[in-house]
Amino acid sequence: MKNTMIALALGASLMGTTALAGDVRLMWYSDGVEGEVMKDLVARFNAENPGINVILDEVAYKVVQEQLQIQLEAGSGPDIARVTNIKTLAPHWLDLTPHLSDAEYWRTNFGAHADWMREDGSDAITGFMTQLTLTGGYANATLFEQAGVALPGEGATWDDWVNAADQVAKSQGTAAAFAIDRSGHRISGPNVSYGANYIGADGLPAPVDDGTKAFAAKLVAWVEGGQMLRDTWVAASGSTYRAAADDFINAAIPFYYSGSWQIANLSTKIGDGFDWVATGSPCGTAGCSGLAGGAALVAVKYTQNAPEVAKVMEYFAREDIVKEFSERTLFLPAHAGVAAAGGMNWQTEDKNVGAALDAYVAAAGDILPGAGALPAWKWATPYYGALVNRISQVMAGELTLDDAYARIDQDITEAVAAAQ
Amino acid sequence: MTGVKGVLGAVVAAPLGWLARLLDTPLRLWQRLAGQNGMVAFFLLPNMAIFTVFVLLPLVINIAYSMTTGAALFLPERTYVGAAQFERLLRCTDYTDLMTCQEDQFWIALRNTGTFVVLQVSLLIVAATITALILNRALRALSFWRAVFFFPVLLSPVVVGLIWRWILDRNGVLNAALVGMGMDPVNWLLERNYAFSAAIGVTIWAHLGFFALILLAGLQAIPRDLYEAAEMDGTRPARVFWRITLPLLMPNMLVVIVLALIRAVQVFDEAYVLTGGGPGTATLFLTQYIYEVGFASLLKNPGLAAAASILMGGVLIVLTLLQLALGKRNERRGKLK
Repeated sequence: MKNTMIALALGASLMGTTALAGDVRLMWYSDGVEGEVMKDLVARFNAENPGINVILDEVAYKVVQEQLQIQLEAGSGPDIARVTNIKTLAPHWLDLTPHLSDAEYWRTNFGAHADWMREDGSDAITGFMTQLTLTGGYANATLFEQAGVALPGEGATWDDWVNAADQVAKSQGTAAAFAIDRSGHRISGPNVSYGANYIGADGLPAPVDDGTKAFAAKLVAWVEGGQMLRDTWVAASGSTYRAAADDFINAAIPFYYSGSWQIANLSTKIGDGFDWVATGSPCGTAGCSGLAGGAALVAVKYTQNAPEVAKVMEYFAREDIVKEFSERTLFLPAHAGVAAAGGMNWQTEDKNVGAALDAYVAAAGDILPGAGALPAWKWATPYYGALVNRISQVMAGELTLDDAYARIDQDITEAVAAAQ
Repeated sequence: MTGVKGVLGAVVAAPLGWLARLLDTPLRLWQRLAGQNGMVAFFLLPNMAIFTVFVLLPLVINIAYSMTTGAALFLPERTYVGAAQFERLLRCTDYTDLMTCQEDQFWIALRNTGTFVVLQVSLLIVAATITALILNRALRALSFWRAVFFFPVLLSPVVVGLIWRWILDRNGVLNAALVGMGMDPVNWLLERNYAFSAAIGVTIWAHLGFFALILLAGLQAIPRDLYEAAEMDGTRPARVFWRITLPLLMPNMLVVIVLALIRAVQVFDEAYVLTGGGPGTATLFLTQYIYEVGFASLLKNPGLAAAASILMGGVLIVLTLLQLALGKRNERRGKLK
């Protein structure tokens, strides 16, 4: 096991250090169809810029999560990478400012999310979000209609949604009423909707509060009551990520809480199997917040070809390219100019997609400050890890909720101590 | 043909001969200087260098990691904490209640691994012995049956895990069959006992052929005249097994037991793909704990993972020494006979 990991790390390091002058290695993972779109864009860039050779290394998301950090710590890695763990790895990103032809363009169009990908207190320009994401729900409209249950409307709470989905599940004989991806990130929007605040006054993690406890207790009760699909959270240990998208796609659950990045996946796989709608985030006692996030394209500071990297980044950050990328991938654009201009020509014939994207744009206005601060908070990742690890133990009957809260606090404290 | 052989011989042998003549003088000189022991060391050097770089050095680095903490991945940037990571792993206020341990999941993984080792190895030995006894008989299509039992050994552990997940999943083949027969589906991988049993069953299925083959070799080495004598004496089959087969199979059996123990302590791939350590932590084993803490978790702690791997390494070293001791004892017995 250990030898395998070392071999992987060495192999990955070698892969990252073989770039020649003019070569720009781009590490890219895909959730949906964006890999194909990126291949096309890279081919066009290479054709237009004969002096630069962009090499697209398509990898699994797990590689980005587990191996990229090792490469970066070794002072190697790709020249550019698409990552979601952007804040934690911020010390490894290159400040593109001196290499950019128009830094102001970047501040104007990507400035709102610049803090997500740079160290606290820095004004560096390290990259841009390839897409904005927002957590939110999806309902199988066909199942609701067949069951004669009305879709809960605006302002509906989590209880309203689960009760309605439960009626559908009983009527239609589905495996459960709903599922949430096994992820601390995914339950953090709902936690904040119930009043949770993760960030202490000193910027360090705050102890688990009543808001988190309120939603965690509901989750556990829903698993015990059979409303929430057990498979997603219970059938794994640790902070392993598990999505429940396939259960929604297979109509095994009428309601699914995930995020905007699933739109292309659902559209592709469901096709005309059934009608589905994006619902935004159900409400708690404090609001109806989802959690923003997304993936960023960042430059790595260990590159030997910084001017070329900047040129590549400038190309992909161009307004027309961002617009095309978003339209083809069905991702919400993070470019302020593109978002403000509107008139997106989404490349799909699926009638569910446009409405879903509109629903997410509308839901973006419901993000509460407590959730809005999390993407730029460096301790968010360990907090998410502790939440998912311990709450799933309660669901499996191994811990009581009170024990889990104490363990979450302990895990986070230890993670912070170890990191400092 | 001779012509071809001659040409090949010339092509291969000529450069080798030239090389031997080239090295002859320096090697003789070196032998004179270093003596016979020096020459042994000289020829062992390439292997020792590889062993040092790929085994010894990582081991030393691992020990060094286990005495550090911090977010940095590289050793020089990490903070030295002595035995603090070991203390953290081993600290409990009440050792009868694992939830009082600071690293409760390490202890859960340890308990799960211990239970798994005892159950899996016992069942595996019994199953492998029965399989070997059956395959040792004059069956029709014997080669086919031997291949059937050995086939899973050739599969990648990940493939084994996936195949069985597809079978045991909520929407898997087994539940489809149960529903088809009018029965209720069962959450095989979501109930603690079922999931743990599945991990045991699948690993036995995957490794049975390998161990059965070792035992089969032992069975075939037992002289036939002993069985013929027992048959003439009218000895019952059970007595033949306990008094002839098992004692003479014991050298192979001991090897099988120790190898099975080592593999069981290292259990990871099949179980990880099959259950992901769940439900909850019901099938969280030591290797997965180390992997998660060191590499996969959102709460990565390489120092803690290194300390846990050293503790696990200690267990494996004991088992390996046991295997070596048993091997030597068998060798001595063989010489005496």
